[in-house]
Amino acid sequence: MSVVPISYYLVLSAVLFGLGVVAFVFKRNVITIFMSIELMLNAINLAFIAFARAHNQMDGLVFVFFVIVVAAAEAAVGLAIVIMLARHRQSLSAERINSLKF
Amino acid sequence: MNLPFILFFICALLAVLGAVLLIIAREPIHAALSLILVMIALAVLYLLLGAEFIAAVQILVYAGAIMVLFVTVIMVLNAEAEERTDFSKIAKWVGLPLGFVLLFAIAHWLYRAHVGPVVASGAGIPAHALSTWDLSTELFRHYLFPFEATSFLILIAVLGAMILARRDE
Amino acid sequence: MEFISQHPVLVASVIKIAVLLFIVMTALAYLTWFERKVVAHIQSRWGPYYVGAHGLLQPLADGLKFLFKEDVTPPTSDRLVYVLAPFLALALALTAIAFIPFGPPDKTFIYGQKIFVVSDSNIGLLFLFAITSMGVYGVALAGWSSNSKYPLLGGLRSSAQMISYEVSLTLSVVGVLLIAGSLQFNQIIENQGGHWWHFLPEWNVFPQIVGFLCYLTAAIAETNRVPFDLPEAETELVAGFHTEYSSFKFAMFFMAEYANMVTVSCLATILFFGGWLSPFPDSWHWQLYLPGAGLMAVGIYCAYDTITRMRGIARLQLTVVTLLSLVIGALCLLPAVAPYVQGPFWFTAKVLVFLFFYVWVRGTLPRFRYDQLMSFGWKLLLPVSLANLVGTALWYAVGWMRHG
Repeated sequence: MSVVPISYYLVLSAVLFGLGVVAFVFKRNVITIFMSIELMLNAINLAFIAFARAHNQMDGLVFVFFVIVVAAAEAAVGLAIVIMLARHRQSLSAERINSLKF
Repeated sequence: MNLPFILFFICALLAVLGAVLLIIAREPIHAALSLILVMIALAVLYLLLGAEFIAAVQILVYAGAIMVLFVTVIMVLNAEAEERTDFSKIAKWVGLPLGFVLLFAIAHWLYRAHVGPVVASGAGIPAHALSTWDLSTELFRHYLFPFEATSFLILIAVLGAMILARRDE
Repeated sequence: MEFISQHPVLVASVIKIAVLLFIVMTALAYLTWFERKVVAHIQSRWGPYYVGAHGLLQPLADGLKFLFKEDVTPPTSDRLVYVLAPFLALALALTAIAFIPFGPPDKTFIYGQKIFVVSDSNIGLLFLFAITSMGVYGVALAGWSSNSKYPLLGGLRSSAQMISYEVSLTLSVVGVLLIAGSLQFNQIIENQGGHWWHFLPEWNVFPQIVGFLCYLTAAIAETNRVPFDLPEAETELVAGFHTEYSSFKFAMFFMAEYANMVTVSCLATILFFGGWLSPFPDSWHWQLYLPGAGLMAVGIYCAYDTITRMRGIARLQLTVVTLLSLVIGALCLLPAVAPYVQGPFWFTAKVLVFLFFYVWVRGTLPRFRYDQLMSFGWKLLLPVSLANLVGTALWYAVGWMRHG
């Protein structure tokens, strides 16, 4: 079925991860910074599944499963923090969030 | 050229396009939409790799729950377009090219990585190897403890989110 | 021909999708007619009556009207997302129907492709939930991109509501999955074959009655229908998320809502009411002729109606309907055709019951208040469906321990 070489998937994964890093550095909005983290996680998931496929082992898929679960938990807590930040600072720009205490 | 190749290139293109749009987009909602595009393209790639279950979970959890949460938060906070500032000179002329060099270096290494010639070409892999049945067996036999631990993690996350987002009475 | 033999899946899928799309689109149009008629009769009115006999051409007239209306785009809206939202809503709603089996998998055509299902995936249920879980984007993005107060409120409400009720919707179904031991629709259905005491079909609704009630409630909320239609509550939010939409984009939201209704009803039929299985035991051979006889009966009633009540052009239209149902009914009686229409007949009949239930609920129940909606979803529906899941799991665990 899959005649596409595994290395293609790995390259795509690397490119996506790189773009995620670029987005993480470039973005100024807290929410979009958060989104770039999700992009990086997705890129890594692709690599995991490609390797799982290559070695015909389930562990890669199990890891992806856990990554998705943890990402869901992380999104819930992270977005709650974002909402709190927005309430206290009236802004979502990362540059305004420059002190540890309100 | 056969069907899997065509599908792979379409999805890869869409995924990269989505990621680039995520960087370019000024409106947070547009960024969220492009990220959803990436996730759907990746789900199709997972299908191509034979990981049906993960593909479904990817759309169900990532695109259907996490990103909905993002979109909702953006709408609640009415997040306006991002402000842009100019790059510093150094960042523009040195940082950006170096970043791209790094990106392509990683891609190059991965492409030539020693995953073994058999594995790299995709030959010799059984067709329906990654069945949902095997995955569940693995998950509930070897990884039972981590699986149970994630349920606590989610419980804690729910409580944490509630406490954080609650308005003070 | 060579192309067909090389790519049987591709060719068969394209044919099936085209036919299914045509059928579903027509069905959606006539669902609006059905709903208006039933609601009208609940409220002691006639409903659509003048366009065609019994208003049968009303959907066509509505469609033409939507096509020719001016398409207003608010100048402050986010153009791209504004256009994308209705397409997304309709496309996702229609995609979900591709996973639904309308008949038994042993009926095949070119190169052994199954006739009655577009994609018979091993984990069809998960895929269906995945597609429907994305349906919220259509509503949420429409609300946001209109750049106006009421749509935004509607979009916010809908995303919060759909996330909340999706949890109980999914949990209420897990009990059925424990019984069936599969995520494939056809296996779930075949698992419900057989009868208790020779007359009561072994449908999941009997052991899973709690799960079914939870599913039904959550499904109504998930499709934004009365009494959970807060995203478009017209007494509070003008028209909710589609206030700023006009012309064909509005019609697309409308069709998406009806398509979601159909999907959810199909899912209820498959999971709890035995899908395309007949409610009668196999030994009752006369049921083979039930679809044909039913259609003939409809034809005879139409003939009576034509002769006694209809006048003028309506009489001509109803004559066509009469002839059509008589001819198709006679075709369904043929021994070569009869086995093929069995599955779709029972499936459609069961889905129609659910659709009627939807319309009935709309005609009789008032709308929830928003805080009631949230506390109902999280404090009642979720615990009950969780308890149902735990109960089912315990039942099986105890049985497993006893018998090994």
